[in-house]
Amino acid sequence: MNIYEQQAANRRRTWIIMIGFVGFLVLLGLGFDRFFLDVSGSPAPIGSLLALAVGSVSALLGYFNGDRAVLAATRARPLSDVLRVAPEDERFRLWQLDDVVEEMAIAAGLPKPAVYVVDDPDPNAFATGRDPAHASIAATKGLLAALDRDELQGVIAHEMSHIRNLDVRVLTIVAALVGGVALLSDWAGRGMSWGVGPRRRSSRDEDGGGLGGAVLFAIWLIAIVLAPVIAQALAMMVSRRREFLADASGAELTRNPLGLARALEKIDAAVEPTRAINRGSAHLCIADPLGRRANLHEGVWSDLFASHPPMAARIAALRQMAYDQGSGASRR
Amino acid sequence: MAAIVLLVVLGLLAVWVIAGYNRLINLRNQVANAWKQIDVQLKRRHDLIPNLVNTVRGVMDFERDTLTAVMEARAKALTAAGPEDAARKEGELSAALGRLLAVAESYPVLKSNENVKLLQEELTTTENRIGFARQFYNDLATRFNTAQQVFPTNLMAGSLGFKPAELFEIASDADREVPVVDLSRK
Repeated sequence: MNIYEQQAANRRRTWIIMIGFVGFLVLLGLGFDRFFLDVSGSPAPIGSLLALAVGSVSALLGYFNGDRAVLAATRARPLSDVLRVAPEDERFRLWQLDDVVEEMAIAAGLPKPAVYVVDDPDPNAFATGRDPAHASIAATKGLLAALDRDELQGVIAHEMSHIRNLDVRVLTIVAALVGGVALLSDWAGRGMSWGVGPRRRSSRDEDGGGLGGAVLFAIWLIAIVLAPVIAQALAMMVSRRREFLADASGAELTRNPLGLARALEKIDAAVEPTRAINRGSAHLCIADPLGRRANLHEGVWSDLFASHPPMAARIAALRQMAYDQGSGASRR
Repeated sequence: MAAIVLLVVLGLLAVWVIAGYNRLINLRNQVANAWKQIDVQLKRRHDLIPNLVNTVRGVMDFERDTLTAVMEARAKALTAAGPEDAARKEGELSAALGRLLAVAESYPVLKSNENVKLLQEELTTTENRIGFARQFYNDLATRFNTAQQVFPTNLMAGSLGFKPAELFEIASDADREVPVVDLSRK
């Protein structure tokens, strides 16, 4: 698939997963309404809406303050500050980083995001901020040391694409859904331990109790117990789609998919996990900061819960784009 | 009854025309803005060149011709009239800068000089910015043109006075052959 087809396909799949996610929450909530609340006649899924509303609060807090929190947690410093104290030999790459960010902002037609530097030897980068007007891009010193200009441009284009595709917004919605599902599951667990719930219904049981009702309840019970794990897996599915999408739209910005492909190879070869970036801020990084565990060992578990697709798959997709573009597999 | 149906149909038609018209206006303004962004980057290059030339003048005294060529190309580009003329003269300026870089590359003394490294980065990013601004303009112009040509918007685009936007192309074949000095692969 070429650059544009890959973008369209990943956008489509994001939608499908999101619709599935909402459907999952609604189904759980309908069961909750039926077994715990006395509102089975209501047309709206009360439980789902309630859980989603509460889940949205923390997600929205993250939406508005997440960028400051992430930048503080990674101890990222503004480029201009770093430049002032940087030794002579580091200055050149810092200038270059600033130039490349400006170039990619021009290519995306967006205002230039604030540029930050993280003092970490592992090559990585991330984007944050709720919309293009409040966006920041941070790169580690290790990234600057490891990559040449074209590769750096590929990575920054990937991050700029996260901003252009409004991925912080997408992931905020996902966080609200995950929160909603977790709350429903939690409420159901509490309800059960307090002894309310299904037993209350049995007293006025006319509309489908008996065996059918019991089986339905059992299925729902399993679903609600597994719900937090399923929600996490769905969230990671969305995250991986957005990574593929950012790769493809980044390649559209630079028109040089191989720059990013080479950068990913180098980043993949770096052994250490990025210490400065913890799990909470993994989403918008160029590579999973937790290191190889989830990305190198292939397997069902890591496939389900990795925030980033396997490096090999990303590099293969980029090479395919380069091939379709005609710049060809011949260039390295 | 027939009158109501007619009114509804006319109403829907009006909504469709208004929505299509507004979309095209929106795109046309974006295209115009993207064009202005190219000018911004070109102006940045014009402002930058005197400084750049001063930086290397001391070290490259014997390459006076190359430096003069850059300054002359800049002076010409400043007096360009009309987009076509501008495209040609900016192309010549790019070529002159490319030669300056190529020359700077061939002097080991220059290559290790920190100022010259910065100069090279400055030139690279300047050319890149112009290139990406043009790329963005072309993308938007293509979207604007496609929006005009797809059915059924094509039925009204012409009569509402929309014309396809011109894509930016390299002005002459000579410009295509400019040797590209790629400094990024060091």
